[in-house]
Amino acid sequence: MKLGFLVDLNLCMGCKGCEIACKVENEVPLASWRLKVKYVDIGVFPDTSRSFTPMRCNHCEDAPCEKICPVSALHYLPNGIVNIDSSRCIGCAGCIMACPYDAIYMNPETNTADKCTYCAHRVEGGMMPACVVACPVEANIFGDIDNKDSHISRYIMEHQGGVQVRKPEKHTNPKHYYVGGGNQTLNPLAHQRIEGYSLFTNITHLDTVGDPNHSMLDRFLTPIFGHDHLDNTGFAGMESNKKDSNKGEH
Amino acid sequence: MVESTVAATHAVVSFDVALNGIVWGWMITLNMWAKSIGTGVIMVGAYMLYKYSKDKIPNVRWLMPIISFVALNVFLLFTLLDLHQPLRMVNIFFHPHFTSAITVGAWMASLFTGLVTLLAAIGLLDYMPNLLRSNKTAKKVRANSGLYEKLLPYIVFLALPVTMYTAIIMAQSSARGLWEAPIEMAQMMLAAIMAGSATLLIVAESWGKEPRARIAMILAVTVAISFTLYMGEYFFSFKNSEVEATLAFIHLGGSYSFEFWFAMIVGYIIPFALVTTSVKEDNYTLLRFAGILALIGLYFAKDVWLKIPQLLPLS
Repeated sequence: MKLGFLVDLNLCMGCKGCEIACKVENEVPLASWRLKVKYVDIGVFPDTSRSFTPMRCNHCEDAPCEKICPVSALHYLPNGIVNIDSSRCIGCAGCIMACPYDAIYMNPETNTADKCTYCAHRVEGGMMPACVVACPVEANIFGDIDNKDSHISRYIMEHQGGVQVRKPEKHTNPKHYYVGGGNQTLNPLAHQRIEGYSLFTNITHLDTVGDPNHSMLDRFLTPIFGHDHLDNTGFAGMESNKKDSNKGEH
Repeated sequence: MVESTVAATHAVVSFDVALNGIVWGWMITLNMWAKSIGTGVIMVGAYMLYKYSKDKIPNVRWLMPIISFVALNVFLLFTLLDLHQPLRMVNIFFHPHFTSAITVGAWMASLFTGLVTLLAAIGLLDYMPNLLRSNKTAKKVRANSGLYEKLLPYIVFLALPVTMYTAIIMAQSSARGLWEAPIEMAQMMLAAIMAGSATLLIVAESWGKEPRARIAMILAVTVAISFTLYMGEYFFSFKNSEVEATLAFIHLGGSYSFEFWFAMIVGYIIPFALVTTSVKEDNYTLLRFAGILALIGLYFAKDVWLKIPQLLPLS
């Protein structure tokens, strides 16, 4: 058995239902994500179109994160899922440096690496991942790619020639496929990312990765000097943005 | 970034989550810099001990392992401080995953530090006969001071992989194309020899003229080769689009251009010029200054090379 994922980008309408379902199911902290939906605007006004691309861990067959993890916190399950044992993770961030898909984040609450596990806990119980269940247009297709009669295998066969993976040149053998994707949507270097230019938010980079007061030194100094209470606004740089915007108002 | 040449293909991200910024920051730079000193001093110092009699380089036998010991402890301290779960560092020893260069490196670096500690103890106790004179352990160490010369070749041999394993960690970082190159191993080795020779040059006041000139020339040749490799990457590196986009950060107008050229001028060009112009008349003030500048420049060169691949959006 080898579990895989396919997203039909022709169907995706960017509702972010999958993203929210994932956050709720896996208690993903604010400013972190296991699954995100990226909007890319293509063309020049008035001839523009907007594409929506859900992105999650690719559960690669040759996962660089699994290779670089010094303590086997990242490991394969027999069904092909690249799972993570956060109780073993030392927080070295090697996996974040190794993942070509930017699918791993440092959980600011646990200070350990975290990522999509294809909802391994749900799959074990015979359920579909939360994002699959939440998708209103069935753009997310999940199943056994070793089984040629599975929905995902048949979908891949039906769309032969139009199935793509992200960054095939990295030789990671990803088990996450896209139908209807283009270079502008799947290649992060094929579109511009203008700092501060985004719908609804002006955050494009996190100020810190994980808890900013995570170090050994902080453990000794905090009881004496203390530090700002960690909340979901602090590490995302929202506080500084808020201050900046207040300054602008006065 | 890849530019859109026609309006129809012009693409802009209009909504996305916040991306990770620089994950491995100054602590990892300091880690690599300190490790370069820690292993480089042993490699270059051992060569000097092999080449010259002790009266020509009187302080190397005891100062070399002490400098290495301090640098290695700085390296290990900042490795630990950079972890998000530092107390779980023990998992590397109790739950090791040997496909990871981080694990292999941590094991080798720990063994190396242990052996260097022994060298430092022997070297210091031999140099200061009155230190801990009545202490039992010190007496035992002094009685076995011949171990120093026996162990040194093995320690030098171990210094090579300890120097280079960071390049392998970087090569395993598949997301960062700039680091996935054999040149990183060469640069890591050159950085160690550069740091080792620069550090020993700083403490070479009591040395004879010839060994001082030799170590200064080691520094000059190393910075010249390393600088040439950097320039090769800068001007003639035609790799994939990811690496090209990364190098744009150090090209003129890039956000790390100033720091890169500061590192190149301070750490490579000036030390080379100072050594080659002052080695003949044995101007020690200038030679020592070259050593200090090389160490400063090396830090910033490492810093730039560590950070720029982390600035690229990966998704």
